[in-house]
Amino acid sequence: MSARPGLRGGLRLESHKARPLQRSVQPMPAPSMAVLALDQGSGEEARVVVEPGTRVRVGTCLAVGRGAAADLHSPVSGEVRAVETRPTASGPGTCIVVASDGRDEREPGLAPLDWSALDGATLLERLAGGGLAGFGGAAFPTAGKLALARAAGVELLLLNGAECEPWICCDDALLRERASDVVLGTRVMLAACGAARATIALEDDKPEARAALEAALADAGDSRLEVVVLPAVFPLGAEGLLIAAVTGREVPPGALPPEVGVVCQNVGTAAAVARYVSEGVPALTRIVTVTGSGVRQPANLEARIGTPVAELVAACGGYDDTLPAARLIAGGSLTGRALASDAVPVTKGLNCVLVATAADLPVRAAQMPCIRCGDCAAACPVGLLPQQLHRAAQADDRAGLDRFGLADCIECGCCDYVCPSAIPLTAGFRAARRRQLIHEAERKRAAEAKTRYERHRRRLDDQADAERRAFEEARRRARSDGAGGD
Amino acid sequence: MNAATLLPAVGVAAGLAVVLGAALGWLATRLRADPDSLVERLDALLPQTQCGQCQYPGCRPYAVAIARGEADTDRCPPGGAATARALATLLGREPRPVDPRYGETRPPRVAVIDETRCIGCALCLPVCPVDAIVGAPRFVHTVIEAQCTGCELCLPPCPVDCIALRPSPGTASQPRAATASA
Amino acid sequence: MEFPTSASPHVVAGYTVPRVMFQVLLALTPVLAVQVYLYGPGPLWLVAVACVTALACEALALAMRRRSSQAALRDGSVLVTAALLALAVPPLLPWWLLAFGTAFAVLIGKHAYGGLGQNPFNPAMVGYAVLLVSFPLEMTRWPLPGPEWDALTGATALDALRTGLRQGYTMQEVRAGAEFGRLGAAGSEWVNVAALAGGAYLLARRIIRWQIPVAMLAGLAVPAALAHGLDPGAHPGALFHLASGATMLGAFFIATDPVSAATSDRGRLLYGAGIGLVTWIIRSWGGYPDGVAFAVLLMNLTVPLLDRVTVPRIHGHP
Repeated sequence: MSARPGLRGGLRLESHKARPLQRSVQPMPAPSMAVLALDQGSGEEARVVVEPGTRVRVGTCLAVGRGAAADLHSPVSGEVRAVETRPTASGPGTCIVVASDGRDEREPGLAPLDWSALDGATLLERLAGGGLAGFGGAAFPTAGKLALARAAGVELLLLNGAECEPWICCDDALLRERASDVVLGTRVMLAACGAARATIALEDDKPEARAALEAALADAGDSRLEVVVLPAVFPLGAEGLLIAAVTGREVPPGALPPEVGVVCQNVGTAAAVARYVSEGVPALTRIVTVTGSGVRQPANLEARIGTPVAELVAACGGYDDTLPAARLIAGGSLTGRALASDAVPVTKGLNCVLVATAADLPVRAAQMPCIRCGDCAAACPVGLLPQQLHRAAQADDRAGLDRFGLADCIECGCCDYVCPSAIPLTAGFRAARRRQLIHEAERKRAAEAKTRYERHRRRLDDQADAERRAFEEARRRARSDGAGGD
Repeated sequence: MNAATLLPAVGVAAGLAVVLGAALGWLATRLRADPDSLVERLDALLPQTQCGQCQYPGCRPYAVAIARGEADTDRCPPGGAATARALATLLGREPRPVDPRYGETRPPRVAVIDETRCIGCALCLPVCPVDAIVGAPRFVHTVIEAQCTGCELCLPPCPVDCIALRPSPGTASQPRAATASA
Repeated sequence: MEFPTSASPHVVAGYTVPRVMFQVLLALTPVLAVQVYLYGPGPLWLVAVACVTALACEALALAMRRRSSQAALRDGSVLVTAALLALAVPPLLPWWLLAFGTAFAVLIGKHAYGGLGQNPFNPAMVGYAVLLVSFPLEMTRWPLPGPEWDALTGATALDALRTGLRQGYTMQEVRAGAEFGRLGAAGSEWVNVAALAGGAYLLARRIIRWQIPVAMLAGLAVPAALAHGLDPGAHPGALFHLASGATMLGAFFIATDPVSAATSDRGRLLYGAGIGLVTWIIRSWGGYPDGVAFAVLLMNLTVPLLDRVTVPRIHGHP
């Protein structure tokens, strides 16, 4: 089945996904020292409930989720060594360091879940204890997202298997080898969020994954699920664009997908949900693509959360000394984050480790002035005019930035890619957005101060009025007394 | 070129000038900007610190003075160069840097009361223009950090000098990456 | 192990401004070749003069602005300006006039506004307009194509058409004159074909986008066809207009200058259509035989307005 494409702009890029997919997913042993970042990719930290010296087992809860952070469980059995600041993919962050005793003892009481016997609300509660978070990168708590969807009455559960960015192929490998897990996870999530049907979206460069998925769907025999194939265009896998491509509906600015009746989940998250209900083990492992010309044997690895990236690279034959790595990137070549050190641990949101050499990343030419060629606008998938945004950002023209839609930029990097003047547009927009946020926070503070000042003045005026009235009252009484007393 | 061709040309040009000038004058009176709305717009650009460094008793009196033409746009140190520029741009004037006679532009600060030294005299309470100090006579006072504008008006009345200014904590949180694939 | 970091995105396509400019120069070679075939070696000499003058003026301007000349001189944008101007002027123009026009185009038309990317007007057309207005005689002296060098005349086909129509001759009578070829103006019809070929190459290589050329040709052809249909004796048809003067050169090379054109796709359609329409108006009723240069400059004035009203709809917004 094909869907309505309807994508503006975007890029067709060389995928660089063949080499890791030549082998099946390789399991990785547990790390000797697991580093669990409290922020697993969502930007918010969970609350630590252990301290150095605590004995833990596989599945012990180390930190309780709050807001955008899900529960965090230990992937190894052993002892908590420290709770300290360590380098993570999103910068230095608080991490719980657990030293493994090598025994891999499980927390007792972890049992499979008879999900089909539970009603939606109870299922959501039980899922919340699984530490399930968005495996696509945002790491937002799955149970929370599904609860929001249930409250909003969504009618479609959209599974994101697009994986549109070059180099990343962990979802492709997952679908090829564990399509039945993805199907099971989808059915569980359907029951949890109350949607009427589910669509699994793939791109057309994944024929093997599609075949495996369709076979798994035939086995499951659930007519509410279907597969939809989309053209392999970057960044069709971005949530808002995917929803528009599959359903034709666009999420309004500032709103969430449930407002248009859709909830999105990554296929990796679905597989993690399936693992949790069938074994009772919370989200502790994920498939990570380790690739790039700078690593000897690129592969997809099933690694535990908390494994340092250096160990992943070592499991793939190590760094290739003849081709020195120019960058170590967490993610793909367009939206990935360059890491300063390979001590960074795997998190629930880490999908790819790209050891890129100079050949993989062509050097940017020297920056030149914008010639208004409009290639960036043609490439922008959201319909912005990056050349106008660039001019407004340089002039610090806040009204211009709002008018040309800076808040709608998804920072995909398509505009940078095509710019003949080699202008770092995306970095400029990121900086401009930060400045806008700070400016808005200042304006809000000023508005609050003004309101308080006006209340302060009114209070003083009322006080003065009351005093004057009391004084005149006293004077009148004194006069009438004096007159009466005469 | 003789009088026959010159006179009509001059007449037409002069007539046009008179007609257009009258039209412009009439339009200037009909389309004059509402002075109240100008004060509102100027006030919206000011930082609402209510510190009085501009020599006016608050931000709105300063905005009124600018609208009336009694004060220039360079008097607000807490607003800094950005505010001075925004005010000048709104009025269509050349932006001027903040005049150092009215004060020094510094990063945002908040007042902090040293509670070990506060004697509970309540002299600082009424002077705060945004009522950000909590306290009562013979009770230790404290400043509500989120509401303090750093105007420094509470420092002079304190008899034991227990109020100090500290840099304001950061206001904006890290924006999240927007391209996560769900 | 430690690694250097940088901001995303980490890959780029590798298009560069010099590469774009070089492709444009390459696409201009058919035009140059046809002009040399028709008028002799003059155009080659003019292109050389213009390029040297342009480079010298650019270096001078950059030195005055205290910018580094190396990168800027290598970007080739000033060579495109020079080549276009040299190919747009009559091949018999004295070289020092072309040098003056080029110097004006580069120094005033480009650098006085801030250099690459900042000029609101098309620099080549600024230079052309200055030359046309200041030296009308030399700028309208076009030779008849062919080996007979003494058959000089001042009129182009468009000029002859205008003069003839005003003098009361019908279209058919004027059309029989020596200035006319099969499609349009003798000689320059082949220049237009060459420019069309070059333009098609640029479109195929995606150096230029289709909106401006298509809109300009439509904006010229549609009113021409309508007028010809209503009054064939007073207006030449669309094909004549498309094959005469600087139409194709304008559509594919001059109007498509990205810096001075509108920047959104819808804006470009309006911009191109406007140039076509104004060109037709000037050719039919204006004081100059070919209106492309002035049409381009006039539409350059409207670009900020076009940019303001043709902002595309953003995803998610109504």
